[in-house]
Amino acid sequence: MGRNINFYRQLFLSTFTISAFTIGGGYVIVPLMRKKFVEELKWIDEEEMLNIVAISQSAPGPIAVNTSIMVGYKLAGIPGALITTFGTILPPLIIITIIAKFYEAFKENSIVSALLLGMRAGVAAVIIDVIIKMTKDIIKSKNNVSIAIMVIALIATVIFDINAALIIIISGAFGGFYYNFVRKAGESQ
Amino acid sequence: MIYLEIFVSFFYIGLFSLGGGYAALPLIEGQVLDVKNWLTVAEFADLLTISQMTPGPIAINAATFVGTKVAGLPGAVIATIGCVTPSFIIVLTLSYFYFKYKRLSSIQGILKGLRPAVVSLIASAGLSILLLAIFKTEGTSMLNMKLSDINFIGIIMVAISAFILRRFKPDPIKVMLGTGIAGVIIYGFL
Repeated sequence: MGRNINFYRQLFLSTFTISAFTIGGGYVIVPLMRKKFVEELKWIDEEEMLNIVAISQSAPGPIAVNTSIMVGYKLAGIPGALITTFGTILPPLIIITIIAKFYEAFKENSIVSALLLGMRAGVAAVIIDVIIKMTKDIIKSKNNVSIAIMVIALIATVIFDINAALIIIISGAFGGFYYNFVRKAGESQ
Repeated sequence: MIYLEIFVSFFYIGLFSLGGGYAALPLIEGQVLDVKNWLTVAEFADLLTISQMTPGPIAINAATFVGTKVAGLPGAVIATIGCVTPSFIIVLTLSYFYFKYKRLSSIQGILKGLRPAVVSLIASAGLSILLLAIFKTEGTSMLNMKLSDINFIGIIMVAISAFILRRFKPDPIKVMLGTGIAGVIIYGFL
C-alpha cells in the first residue's frame, strides 16, 4: 500500500464514515472496521483484527477510539494513528455540537426517532452477521480450548455480567500459561 | 482558566474509564455534576438520551456536550482532545510493544487465549443491541422484557437485514441506512 496522499485520505474517510455509523456502543465499530479494513481493503488480517480489539478493550478510554488508534498505528505509524483518531472523534464532535443547540426540536422530532428505531434493526443485523462469522471460524478451527474459552467468556459476560477488562486479562493469562507451558507453542499449528 | 479545567476533567475521565461505554458514566457524572457543576441533573439526563441516539462513544459525546455548554466550540474541541489524550498515549505504547513482539511464541499464546474471549464480548454487546431492536421497552436486561412488548416489525427488519448481509455481503453501512429509511416509512407514516 503506497503511503501517498490518497492512502491517508482513504484512511481518514474510512474511519470518519465508520465512526459516523457506530451507533449503539463501541463494539459496533468491530464489524464495520472488519468489513472495511479486512474484507474490502485487505490491509489487516482477521486474527490481527481480533488482537487489536482485545488490546483496545484492555486499555482505558472508549473502545472505538482505542481500536482506531491501533489500526492507524499499524497501517501508518504515529501519523496514521493521528489521522484515524481525528477521523473517529470528528463525527460525534460535529453531531453533538449541532444537537446541543437544537436539542428540544431534535428530541420531539418523530421522524428522527423513527429513523433511529429503524437503524437499530440494521445495527443488530450487522453485529449478528459478524458474530456468526467469527463463531464459525473458532468452531472450524477444532481447537477445543478456544471453543471452551469462548463459551465460558460468553456465560461470564451475559449471565454474570463480569467486567470485560477482567475477562480479557483472565483469558490472556490463561492462554499465555496454557499454550506456553501445558501445550508447547507451535505444536498446535 | 476554564479551558485548562475542561481539559483536566476530561483527561481524568478518559484515563480512568476502563471497560468502555457505560463504565465511563459514573466518572462523567462525578466530574461534571459533583466536582464542577457544569450541568444540571436534567441536562445530564438529556446528554444520556442524546448519546443513546447518536453515534460515538459516550465519553466523547459528553466531552462535546459539556464543552459546548461551558465554553462554546473551543470548549468542545478541548474537552474532546482531553478525553482522547490518555487513550492516545496508552494505546500507542501498547501498540508499539504489540507490533514489535507479537511474533514471540509467548505473546502468541496470550493472543490465542484472548481471541475467543473477544468474540464472546462482541456477542454479548450484540445481544444487548438485538434486545433493544426487537423490544419496545428501553431496558437492556432480559429480566425486564415482556413478551407483550415484542416489536414484530423490528424482528422482521433484523431477520431480513441479517439474511441480506449473509447472502449478498453488502457494505454494512448501506444496510443500516436501509433499515433507517424503512423505519421512517413504517414507524413514521404507517
